[in-house]
Amino acid sequence: MKQASIATAWLGGCSGCHMSFLDMDEWLFELADVADIVYSPIADVKEFPSDVDATLVEGAVANEDNLELALEIRAKSRLVLSFGDCAVSGNVTAMRNPLGDPQQILQNVYVEAPDRDGLIPNAPGIVPPLLPQVRPLHKVIRVDAFLPGCPPPADRIQAALEALLEGALPPNRGEAIRWG
Amino acid sequence: MRDTRPTVNISFDGVDYEGYVGESVLECARRNGVTIPSLCFLEGLSVWGGCRICVVEVAEGHRLRPACATQVTPDMEIKIETPRLRAYRKSVLELLFAEGNHVCAVCVSNGKCELQDMAVFSGMDHVRYDYQAPRREVDASHPKYVFDPNRCILCTRCVRVCDEIEGAHVWDISYRGEHAELITEMNRPWGDSLSCTWCGKCVAVCPTGSLAYEGRSIGEMEHDPVMIKRLAVARSRGEWLDPEGAI
Amino acid sequence: MAAPIDLHEVMEREREERFRTRWRVKACSSTACLSAGAGATIKAMEDLVERDDMVLEVQVIPTGCMGLCSAGPLIRMMRRGGDEADYRNVTPEAAVEIVRSHVLDEEPVPEYQLDTSMPFFTSQERVVLANGGVINPDRIESYVAHGGYQALEKALTTMKPKAVVEEIRKSGIRGRGGAGYPVASKWSLLAAASGKTKYVVANGDEGDPGAYMDRTIMEDDPHRLIEGIAIAAYATGANQAYIYVRAEYPRAIERLDRAIRVARRNRLLGRKILDTNFDLTVEVRIGAGAFVCGEETALMASIEGRRGTPQLRPPYPTEKGLWGSPTMINNVETLANIAPIISRGGDWFASLGTEKSTGTKVFALAGDITNTGLIEVPMGTTLREIVEDIGGGIPDGKQFKAAQTGGPSGGCIPSKFLDTPVDYDSLRELGSIMGSGGLIVMDEDVQMPDVAKYFMEFSMDESCGKCTPCRVGTVQMHNLLQRLCDGTGSKQDLRDLEHLCSVVRDTSLCGLGQAAPNPVISTLQYFRDEYIALIDQQEVVHA
Repeated sequence: MKQASIATAWLGGCSGCHMSFLDMDEWLFELADVADIVYSPIADVKEFPSDVDATLVEGAVANEDNLELALEIRAKSRLVLSFGDCAVSGNVTAMRNPLGDPQQILQNVYVEAPDRDGLIPNAPGIVPPLLPQVRPLHKVIRVDAFLPGCPPPADRIQAALEALLEGALPPNRGEAIRWG
Repeated sequence: MRDTRPTVNISFDGVDYEGYVGESVLECARRNGVTIPSLCFLEGLSVWGGCRICVVEVAEGHRLRPACATQVTPDMEIKIETPRLRAYRKSVLELLFAEGNHVCAVCVSNGKCELQDMAVFSGMDHVRYDYQAPRREVDASHPKYVFDPNRCILCTRCVRVCDEIEGAHVWDISYRGEHAELITEMNRPWGDSLSCTWCGKCVAVCPTGSLAYEGRSIGEMEHDPVMIKRLAVARSRGEWLDPEGAI
Repeated sequence: MAAPIDLHEVMEREREERFRTRWRVKACSSTACLSAGAGATIKAMEDLVERDDMVLEVQVIPTGCMGLCSAGPLIRMMRRGGDEADYRNVTPEAAVEIVRSHVLDEEPVPEYQLDTSMPFFTSQERVVLANGGVINPDRIESYVAHGGYQALEKALTTMKPKAVVEEIRKSGIRGRGGAGYPVASKWSLLAAASGKTKYVVANGDEGDPGAYMDRTIMEDDPHRLIEGIAIAAYATGANQAYIYVRAEYPRAIERLDRAIRVARRNRLLGRKILDTNFDLTVEVRIGAGAFVCGEETALMASIEGRRGTPQLRPPYPTEKGLWGSPTMINNVETLANIAPIISRGGDWFASLGTEKSTGTKVFALAGDITNTGLIEVPMGTTLREIVEDIGGGIPDGKQFKAAQTGGPSGGCIPSKFLDTPVDYDSLRELGSIMGSGGLIVMDEDVQMPDVAKYFMEFSMDESCGKCTPCRVGTVQMHNLLQRLCDGTGSKQDLRDLEHLCSVVRDTSLCGLGQAAPNPVISTLQYFRDEYIALIDQQEVVHA
């Protein structure tokens, strides 16, 4: 039988959800027996592969790279999961939204803040431009399931993956969807 | 003490219960251990009826009624867990989350929040609507407490407790519609308030992390809304009056 | 205490005054005509009369609304003994020419003449607006001369309060504010309510965009409203009344204030009215211009000086209203119907209109229609008659698309229902409401999602913010409509919009929120294809 293919990705987030993913500890070995992690920030793969069964996406859509990757993930994945509060709601990443124009925020942080060198980072092709508003993943692409939590605890991630491996959507009732 | 009020027969989701004449649907449900979720309602305070989380179906007419503000009547058939009501509750809750800036991860009440609990209860795993991301300034001018309007859901528990129990009426609502906001005194900083008695009842009843003790970090703020019921009951019984009449 | 007014003596005196001059010029001084320049027109005529020494020949009488607001300023030349000629778009120069031509040469001026044989005038049935263009709103004598206060006299001197309520019941009149609740039922509730103090409130917080029925009544026939209030108070045992008027109606406030003073001086208000044992105080209360204050519990909060937000019902106002006392709130137009019902009998009133919607209804006809203005027609008149005959059809040879009734709480009625009789129940069946009487006609160029968005913006701005679904739901619905109208909306947006319509309709606290989705629901019902056409078919919502 063909192994299930699972991918994980991070967009505008803190990687905490991936730390929590690693917290599944020895269950990761069991996972490896039944599924291939075909793409992940913690695996050395450059290109997002085609025909992925399920992708867990951490982080909100905050810049142009995030947007590009989100679209690619949607096109190449059968199921997409919003993985953690930033992907689900924007969360901390979206806390800049009430402040408005990102250029002004960069100006405040890099130029006007007293302990900086007065330069806004500018490296075309390396530092991606910010989008006007940080958006939750489901406002950019279709999302099949949501796994809130900041981060979602390891046991909930495990329960979600177990469900996926059985061809079901992750549990979305009760404590399985506690935010924060 | 036995309740001597006359009773009526009612049902919640098809199960028969006894209600007291004059009691609200919500009170009756709680007394009987039946869950009707609610946010703005708080025992010991007047009924506000604004959050609309507690709406129930009352069989005749299919019309929805807020359980907090509807009295039980004979043979009332109350529905709580219908697909429609579940969907509505979730939507109303999503609207609340979309309206403010509810970032659980950095909130003093994370893990101890009625709004967060309501999301779990209602099965709200994401918010369909656009986040409004309003820009709201935190008022940290009070020496003892902090008001963060980003987390306010306008339940007015603080307004009511300050007016009805403490008698100070520091809090009120200003502006209207999406611009409605809580203000202290005549929209002056809380710290400049002459009427605030520092009693902390508003902080005790806040269902979210909007009102908190100064200096609390993420997840450290625990509210005590039940205190108001204790106070109200104690007052009604005159419990702290000196029996000798010295006070 | 001064003697009360002698209605019959005043009538006599006024009749003599009427025949004093050979010519009378009635000049509309209602808000629409004033904003079109009627002030200067009236002044030009008064100056002319003065300068050319025509004081014994001509009297210039400012009156209330003549109806065809789009053609203002309007004047009417009336010759002693009969002949009349109406004029439109009367500039000061035209006015001088018209008056001179009539008075000196006995010749009309065809250039400005208004054809009063057109259906706009002949198809109307004026009960509430009967005095429009007839009386001078600032003179109580003028109102009395046309039968004013006789109904009050009749009620106070020949009828028991119960009989008055009975007459109202017989008339079958339903509330003109929107919901169409039977008036007599409300009156009975207040009459039956116990309590030393009871209140009657006239709701003049008219706020629907484009609607000005109540304003016109208050400005042009203030005594009619006062008389209606007095009869209502007598029938229900109330001794205190308020007229709640929005601050945006300064002229109505001024004229009502004056009318109340004059009525009191003439013992038509105050203590021992018309030498009976009935006392009544009427005061004007000014609202700060919040639409939601037209909702009766919010209105009462505003009168009490509190924040104008709706309260939970029950208790209903007739049980526990102003300052805890039984209170009845009636719409201004409802109360303006009371005097004629008492004068001419409930049966007469019931003979107008349809079986379940009796009497007439005033509409403010606006939008893409030839004759905009204020009209009054029997209930049950078809939309087609109103639009095509009275309204004169759609200008520029365009097609009728829809009529919007009931303002932000109402809906849009498409052309296939043009032959629907306009009454409470038929409109409700079509997903709209009678509302207070705003009627906006739209031609083929109008995009219905834009209309829905416009009304949603109105409801969003006017939400008081007390309950979640209305406060936030209207913002979100407006968001979704904005995206759909911009062509960047998705199928999901449309689904979310429809779902929110149900949520907000079913869970909001007061009528404003419950009715806010109506313009969306009705345009989706009849013009769904327009929404579909706007949907961006891409799966991806633009980032």
